Amino acid sequence: MCTVEKRGSLFKLILNSDEDDQHRLSPTLISSILSALSQIKSQSTPGSALVTVARGGSGNFFCNGFDFRWAQAAGSESDARQRLRHMTDSFRQVVSAFVSLPMPTVAAVSGNVAAAGLVLAFAHDFLLMRSDRGVLYMPEVNLGITIPDYFTAAVRAKIGSPVALRDVVARGVKVRAKEGVEMGIVHSAHDSVEGTVEAAMRLGEELAGKKWVGEVYAEIRKSLYPEMCSTLGLTHNLIISKI
Amino acid sequence: MCSLEKRGNLFFLTLTGDDQHRLGPPLISSILSTLSKISSEATPGSVLITTAHGKYLSTGFDLSYARSAPSPSEALDRLTSMVESLRPVAAAFMSLPMPTIVAVTGHAAAGGFMIPICHDYILMRSDHGVLLMPEMDLALPLPDYFATVMRERIRSPAALREMVLRGAKVTGEEGVKMGIVDSVYDSTEKTTEAAVRLGEELARRKWNGDVYAEIRKSLYPESCRALGLTQKDLPSKI
Repeated sequence: MCTVEKRGSLFKLILNSDEDDQHRLSPTLISSILSALSQIKSQSTPGSALVTVARGGSGNFFCNGFDFRWAQAAGSESDARQRLRHMTDSFRQVVSAFVSLPMPTVAAVSGNVAAAGLVLAFAHDFLLMRSDRGVLYMPEVNLGITIPDYFTAAVRAKIGSPVALRDVVARGVKVRAKEGVEMGIVHSAHDSVEGTVEAAMRLGEELAGKKWVGEVYAEIRKSLYPEMCSTLGLTHNLIISKI
Repeated sequence: MCSLEKRGNLFFLTLTGDDQHRLGPPLISSILSTLSKISSEATPGSVLITTAHGKYLSTGFDLSYARSAPSPSEALDRLTSMVESLRPVAAAFMSLPMPTIVAVTGHAAAGGFMIPICHDYILMRSDHGVLLMPEMDLALPLPDYFATVMRERIRSPAALREMVLRGAKVTGEEGVKMGIVDSVYDSTEKTTEAAVRLGEELARRKWNGDVYAEIRKSLYPESCRALGLTQKDLPSKI
């Protein structure tokens, strides 16, 4: 489950470890994140910003993708596929909610982040990562499973270099924080969990200090990622503002 | 306003005066008619070099003209009309039948950044001037073709985010690292000289301008769609 803390204009979305220290995206966690984002959106004011962190457990995972254990526990292979499809469909709404959230968003990636978990991180505006351990990667090619359309749309939106895109998506390369910075995927690398979270909070506070109008921010963000928006079914809203 | 001078193969489009070169209706139409004249006088080997007097290339639309309208809705109409009239200017740069070079010797912000980003080569001073998209600070939406042209010209998602979503003030040297600026020089004179050297080098190729424009357009298909430009089928000389 996740929880939300609010400190000044900064929202902190916390992925907790009470059920799973790898913070795998089970139906429960997905719907918990979705309702948290809806709550955050309804409370947003000019100057709001969001920082997402993972808390507790071994500290080695930010988010390790969908909860395959839950899918595999279905009994039959077709039921397992059904469960995976259910997670894929409901997580789409989480990515949509991040892309249209009316405030800057920062992910403090404090451990391994893989598959759907990486898409969760990429759905943020800024991805900060710890450099002393942990990798980001897309394991689908190794697992022999295909990648949902909105996953690739999100990855293509955030990885500009064709070489980096091939390595991450079609080669399953495990990318450490400093390599991620060189590849232009990771905004900054920090040498501990605490350092990563502190830097994310500082960045969140700096962005909050701009007092930007959230609705304008969300529209400008969407205009940067037209393919991802069309895959997610997000449309543009015309903001009539004062000049 | 802007002036036009021709030296050999090089056309010099200069935003004149020491003001901020705000893109109000008079400046926009002056640039558009100058580009149309340049296009009509193009010969194989022509090159455009764009520069500006003073400390600013351009700081964007003339918001004080918009704000001086009698009512808020008319103010918005004025802004919308400037946004729409700059679109053909961007289209004219993108379809100009010759290589285009801009010497950025002062600040280029918002609509004023559209001018350099529509050129083939961006040379910039390192000692003065920033590239800046202040829409977030002004709480103004980003016109559709601004976003499209910037996406196609700034290929690094991180650079695009810093510039557009964070409103970062990008100096010449940062612009080089971000893949936005081609090269930097430590004074206005050196920037302009480098632009002239590059212009002369490109002019010597004696490229066919119509072919050049079609090849340029083929690199930026989304921008062309947003700007209403279509590909022309040119008869090949082979």
